[in-house]
Amino acid sequence: MAAPSQRMPTGLKIGLVAFTVVWLILAAFPFLWTVWGSFKVELDFFSIADWTYALTGERTQITHGSPFTTAGYEGAWIENQFWRNAINTFIVCFFVVCTSLTIGTLGGYALSRSGHNYVFWLLITALIFRAVPPITLVSGYLPPFFQWNLWGYLPTAIVVLVAINQPFTLWMLHSFFQKIPKELDESARVDGCTQFQAFRYVIIPVMWPGVITTGLFSFLLAYNDFAVTTMLLAESNRTMIPAINAFLGTTQTEGNVMFAVAAVVSATVPLFILVMFFQRQIVSGLTAGAVKG
Amino acid sequence: MKHKTFFWFFLPTALAMLVFIAAPMVSIVMQSLFVPHEAVLIETENCGPFGCTTSTAIDQEATAALRAEKPLGRFVGLDIYKDRGHLAFAEVGEAWQNTDSIGAFFSEMGDLPFYDALAFTLTYTFVCTPLLIMLGFAIAVAVNSLSRKIRGFVIFFSLLPMIVTPLVGSLVLFWMIDSRGVLGNLISYLVNDPDLSVKASTPLMWISIITYGIWSSAPFAFVVFYAGLQTVPQDTLESAQIDGATRWQQIRYVVFPHLMPLVTFVALIQLMDNFKVFEPIVGFNAAAHATSLSWIVFNDLGGETRQLSAAATTSVLTVLGVAILLSPVLVRTWRDFRGKT
Repeated sequence: MAAPSQRMPTGLKIGLVAFTVVWLILAAFPFLWTVWGSFKVELDFFSIADWTYALTGERTQITHGSPFTTAGYEGAWIENQFWRNAINTFIVCFFVVCTSLTIGTLGGYALSRSGHNYVFWLLITALIFRAVPPITLVSGYLPPFFQWNLWGYLPTAIVVLVAINQPFTLWMLHSFFQKIPKELDESARVDGCTQFQAFRYVIIPVMWPGVITTGLFSFLLAYNDFAVTTMLLAESNRTMIPAINAFLGTTQTEGNVMFAVAAVVSATVPLFILVMFFQRQIVSGLTAGAVKG
Repeated sequence: MKHKTFFWFFLPTALAMLVFIAAPMVSIVMQSLFVPHEAVLIETENCGPFGCTTSTAIDQEATAALRAEKPLGRFVGLDIYKDRGHLAFAEVGEAWQNTDSIGAFFSEMGDLPFYDALAFTLTYTFVCTPLLIMLGFAIAVAVNSLSRKIRGFVIFFSLLPMIVTPLVGSLVLFWMIDSRGVLGNLISYLVNDPDLSVKASTPLMWISIITYGIWSSAPFAFVVFYAGLQTVPQDTLESAQIDGATRWQQIRYVVFPHLMPLVTFVALIQLMDNFKVFEPIVGFNAAAHATSLSWIVFNDLGGETRQLSAAATTSVLTVLGVAILLSPVLVRTWRDFRGKT
């Protein structure tokens, strides 16, 4: 492809590669460092004496007899029962993704197949709703939730997260369904299907790529949420992110910071795996959707 | 599609949004206009052999009756908006009259929590957004020049800062810039000041949070621009080359115009998202040095005393801010729509 005139001068090329390397270090080093440090004791990870202790694990060696220790993980997962929070996160994410995809596909499909004027206004409304910071809605939720004794439970948080998710889900699925040719379901309608049957037998089988991409972003929203889950879940029902914040609140005793570090690394692992397997979908979702996840 | 079919398809999602987004928005406006009833007090006089004493007690029945009668609370109009915790008209007016220079006036304003938070929120929004666009563009150009084999690998690591939970990402950075962390050590070595602590300095804290903001959002700009670079019209590039355009001229006159709509798109999205800045303030434990509007809402809602009215008022003001930032997007969408029909 590269015509001679397009070939880069060596200097420029080296510069670009160097820049990429610097960016890669900026992007990845903090995570690698934290993963490495999570297997050390606090005096190594936050070393007053010598920063290289965090690499060699000098104090860890003295305390635990080996430069690596899983004390932070044991403290977080067993002592502080972080596994409960992990299970809660799993429940919340699972139901948020399923519910918001179910009602989102129906709504997004309807928006893409209706030529009426109100579709535009509904999409605009969704865009406005998408821009509202979720934390500002919380003070609207609290009085009725307290009144009807709904506060603190997982289903409440799930329903709220589904609703907050809807505007984004609708936009993405709307633009995705528009790419599926209308002739497909129209011919099914001509053959005597109802609109729902056309959706069920013609659209559902071909919609999975878009639905998976949208589902990924729904998952990320539910998984990454801090403001809503902190405010709406009781202590016993906390998901991982509010639990990490709670660890930070109790950093008085030595070692507790390392619980938080271990918990942070544990919470990053699923996201790491997610990006590894679904990189293509995430990139296409970011570029295709008119909205960011 | 018939109206009726559309209605049934759209009903579940519409209900969810009405009940959990539209209704709370109405609710916060109401809450910002009312305050909870004070308890009704009754004075009783107890007369005994040693004279009379008056004691004040809460009249439980009357209080309950009042609360049942007007569940919204006492109507106070815009009083909460005007109080010291929010727009603080009285304090601002006083500061304006009593200070003799603009600098002194702004430092007085900095003591008012709302304006303090607004200052940081706006600084964060308008510093982060252009810088992350530039960084994202630079990464996109650099990655685009790499061989295809390693691009996937680079994109994988580039996505991480954006995908990880904001609280987690900010904690990871915060632990590194801690005075005992690796970056904190490096910085104090570089400036040759062993006692330097980012946590204790307001400007350094602002810089750290803004750095986090750029770090975590640049990947979004990068991905969008990278996708844009794949669709740069090759014919135009070639004809520019034939006409003798230098490399810089090709970028300036072919690539930039092609990417301009994407820049606008990223800028608008990021302005709105950065205005919501909240998690890094919690993660960096920075409330003493930097607060944002969302953080004030969070702070009012948390703790034992949930100050719903105060939180609702700040919420309304935040939503108004978002609305101002959103208006260009709406105008654009409206124009596109007009253009189509």
